Formats: sequence, structure tokens, C-alpha cells
Amino acid sequence: METNRFMGPHVQIRHLNVFYGRDQSLKDINLDIPRGQITVILGPSGCGKTTLLKSINRFLDLSDNVRISGQIFVDGDDIYDPKIDVIELRKRIGLLAQRPYSLPMSIYDNVAYGMRLHRLCNNKKEMEKRVQHYLEEAGLWSEIKDRLHQPAARLSVGQQQRLCLARGLAVEPEIILGDEITSALDPISAQHIEKRLLDLKKHYSIVIVTHILRQAKRLADYVIFMYLGEVIEHGPAHEVFNNPKEQRTKAYMEGQF
Amino acid sequence: MKQPNRKIRHLEEFIVKVFMILSLVVIVVCTSYILFTILYKGLPSLNLAMITQTPKGGYYLGKEGGILNAILGSIYLAGGGTLAALVPGIPLALFLHSYRQHSSWARLVQLSLDTLCGIPSIVYGAFGFAIMVALGLRASLLAGIITLAFLELPILTRAIYEVIRMVPEELEHASLGLGATIFETKIQIVIRQILPGLITALQLAFGRAIGDAASVLFTAGYTDRIPVSLFQPVASLPLAVFFQMNTPFPEVQQRAYASALLLTIIVFVISLGSRLLSARLSRNIIK
Repeated sequence: METNRFMGPHVQIRHLNVFYGRDQSLKDINLDIPRGQITVILGPSGCGKTTLLKSINRFLDLSDNVRISGQIFVDGDDIYDPKIDVIELRKRIGLLAQRPYSLPMSIYDNVAYGMRLHRLCNNKKEMEKRVQHYLEEAGLWSEIKDRLHQPAARLSVGQQQRLCLARGLAVEPEIILGDEITSALDPISAQHIEKRLLDLKKHYSIVIVTHILRQAKRLADYVIFMYLGEVIEHGPAHEVFNNPKEQRTKAYMEGQF
Repeated sequence: MKQPNRKIRHLEEFIVKVFMILSLVVIVVCTSYILFTILYKGLPSLNLAMITQTPKGGYYLGKEGGILNAILGSIYLAGGGTLAALVPGIPLALFLHSYRQHSSWARLVQLSLDTLCGIPSIVYGAFGFAIMVALGLRASLLAGIITLAFLELPILTRAIYEVIRMVPEELEHASLGLGATIFETKIQIVIRQILPGLITALQLAFGRAIGDAASVLFTAGYTDRIPVSLFQPVASLPLAVFFQMNTPFPEVQQRAYASALLLTIIVFVISLGSRLLSARLSRNIIK
């Protein structure tokens, strides 16, 4: 596997099955998620998109009654290996949630929180520089540079989502996961976030979940279409969108479900 | 489909409204009556000496002095008890929250706390007395604080637990997603988020402790002096009210009402202060 590092697919999923109690939520998933691209997981509600996403940063561990079989490799490391440090894994793989939850502290401290946790920076000057850098990267800096030390709770939802992005970038992840990240936002904020993602894919591999077809078309380099816990079709965006091989994919694109 | 009867629904609405207004009236009347009584009977004998002096010889016969010993004693006892209950209270509440669905052990703790909340304070007094004897202590500030801590622990823990339950799961996930451990998340995020509620919980427990007479009766004792060490006995306001009320002299009985008034004022000031503090701490709260 060592030769694959920094070259081949960033995430490889092999025979992944996930059960909640007796219900099987993911059925034998096999996927390669490409590096440095935006991968969009598309499908109707309840098809297992979010479950798949949360299996990648081991957020499924947080739910009760979940059973997981199969393997997920990130840069060749099996992340369900008991030797893997979940803390380190979640630092490498950031997650943006559907509804942004700022931390109960100032805007500045929100961004600094992760860097302090992981001792990424011990110098106050350096910290200030980094906080500014990540806020700029998330496209929030110009709006809030005069009120860095005010509570993050006072920001609008759209601003909070960008703050969450800055906070996530600050721990220097390699992969960014996003779960319907624009669905709680107004159209302008959503546009902001989409633009950020397109800029960020130079440096990160991005995997987002959406049920909005048009958003998928705007963002995706690689598409995974899911239905009822199975991957129906996956491939480069232009192929899946222009020339779907599966009847069900075609039906979804035409808005039949 | 049958239309529900409009008249009955409006009548229902009216009855419920009347019931709510009546409840409000009962509360307001009771509170005002209590306040009026202690103000009417206590205010005339409330003076500066009362809050700046300890009892002089013959105070309980109507002579000079004040109840500074009981005022400070009550604040020491309730303050100490609240702090002592806080130390196990926060970890206990966090434990109950984290493991509430998984463990019968947590359910057992929960049930015990609910039961302890309902136990009369004289039982805590007797229990505190037993501990005191076992530890070889005499009636003292320390023994009083220990007893009050036991009295406050269930109230405090339940109140903190209820506030922790309100913390959105997603907020904890936001921290975990950045690679924080569960412990770091609880200490740095959950505690910050519950700070205003924590203040209210502390205030509730403090209020319960400062007003309690039975639990400090055997354990803290009573003295006219202000204690200078944890091992000396200490006076308290509820007992000051009790002892003064028990004398046959009307002027001393009037001082009992003044003492009750002071106790009420302390509780009021603490509530007001905690409200203000809590509002200040709410700035950062994520809704």
C-alpha cells in the first residue's frame, strides 16, 4: 500500500456494510474516492448518503447500536483497525455539518480551538496570523475582522457555516466531508460556500453529500449515486450526468424520485 | 368528517385561562402575604446594629447586639456546602448524561438522587451527626458544611444534569469532529455552554442550604461568636429565627421577624446577582 500514498485514490471503501440494529443501512459498498477533487454523493433522502459520509471519519462510532463490517482505507491505512487513533483520524478528516454549530466562545477562539487541542501553534503572534489565514480561506475575514473577539453565536447562519469551515481547515485536514452543508443557508451564503469548495479542492479532497441535483452538477468532479443503501452508479461527473448507465440513475436525474 | 364542536373548544380555552389566572393570583397573594408579614413585623426592629454586631450579653432578653454571627455563619455554611457539593456534582452530572442510556448503574444513581431530593432535612441532620461522631468532630462549621453538601448534592446534580441535557448533540459532535476527545469536549465545550444554567443550579442549591435549619441543628451548633476556624461551632439565620421566636419577650420575637427578613434579603440578592451573572455568561451560548 505504501506506493499508493499521495498518488492513488484518497479513500478506498471495500465491502462496507452498516447496520443500525437489525436494519441494514449500507449494503456492500465498494468505492474509490479520488484525491484533490470534489466527490458528490447524490441520492434521495434516507438512501444512506450521510451514513456513508460519517463512516469515513468514524462518526458512526458515536451512535448506539451500530454494526460495521468491511474496510475503509485512507491513504492506505485501515481506519477501522483498532490500532488507529480516532483523534488523529478526525484531525485528518474534517466534517462540516448540515446545520452549523459554532462553539460557545468568540469567533477567534472558534478557529483557535482545534489548533490549541492539537498544539499546532504555541506562539500568540503566529496564532493570530493563522486564525486570519483560515478565516480568509473560508471567505469570512473581511466581514468579521473588526469583531474577532465577539461571540460567534451572533453571526448569521451563513457566516457560522463559513466559520465552521475555517475552524475545520485550521486543524490541517487532508479530506473535508460535508453533509448537505448549504441546506440551512440562504442562496447567497450557499453560493459563498460553493465557491470556497471549488477553491479548496486544489489542496484537499472534498466529499459532499447532497440531494440537490443542480448543486451536484455545479460542484462534482466525481459522482456517487446511491439508492436504498446501495451504490447504484459512480464515475467521473460528466459520464454519470451525461450518460448514466443505470436506469435508476437516469430516473433520478429526470426527477422521478 | 365531523366538525369538532366550536363552542366546547372555546369553553375549554376559557376554563384553562381562568385556571391559570387563579393560580397566578394564589402565588402572588401568598408571596406578598409572606413578604408583608416579615416586613411589617420585622422592619421596625431592623437596624444597623443588627447586621454589624454579634449578640451582647442578654441579647435574647431584649438587650443590645445583633446577629452578625448568624448572617456570616449562614453564608459560610451555605457557601461552603455549595462549593463542596459542586466538586462531585459536575462529574456526576456529566457521568449521568454520558452513560444515561447504556448503564443500569447510571439509572441507579439517577433513582438514588431523586429519592435523596425528597428526604427531609432532619434526616440529613441525623446522618451528618453520625458522620460527625464517626470522624470525631464536634458540632462545627466543617460538620455543618459536610451535612449541607449532602443535602445540596442531589438538588445540584439534578439541576446540572437537566442543563447538560439541553446541550445539542451536534455541538459536542462539532468538537469531536475536530479531533477533540470526549473529555476535552465536556470540559471545554459542554461546561462553557452550560455556564449560565450552572449558575442557576448553584443558586437553587445555595437557597435550599441557607434556609435549612434542621440539618445544621446538631451539626453546626450555635454560638454568639463568629467562627475563625472550620472546627468551631457556628450560628445560622434559620436557627437565629427559631431561638428568638422561642423567647417570651415581644421585642425579641420582633427581632426574629427582622432576622427572617434579612434571610429573605440575602436569598433575594443572591438570586438577583446570579441572574445578572447568568445573563452575562449567556453571550456565548449556542442556541
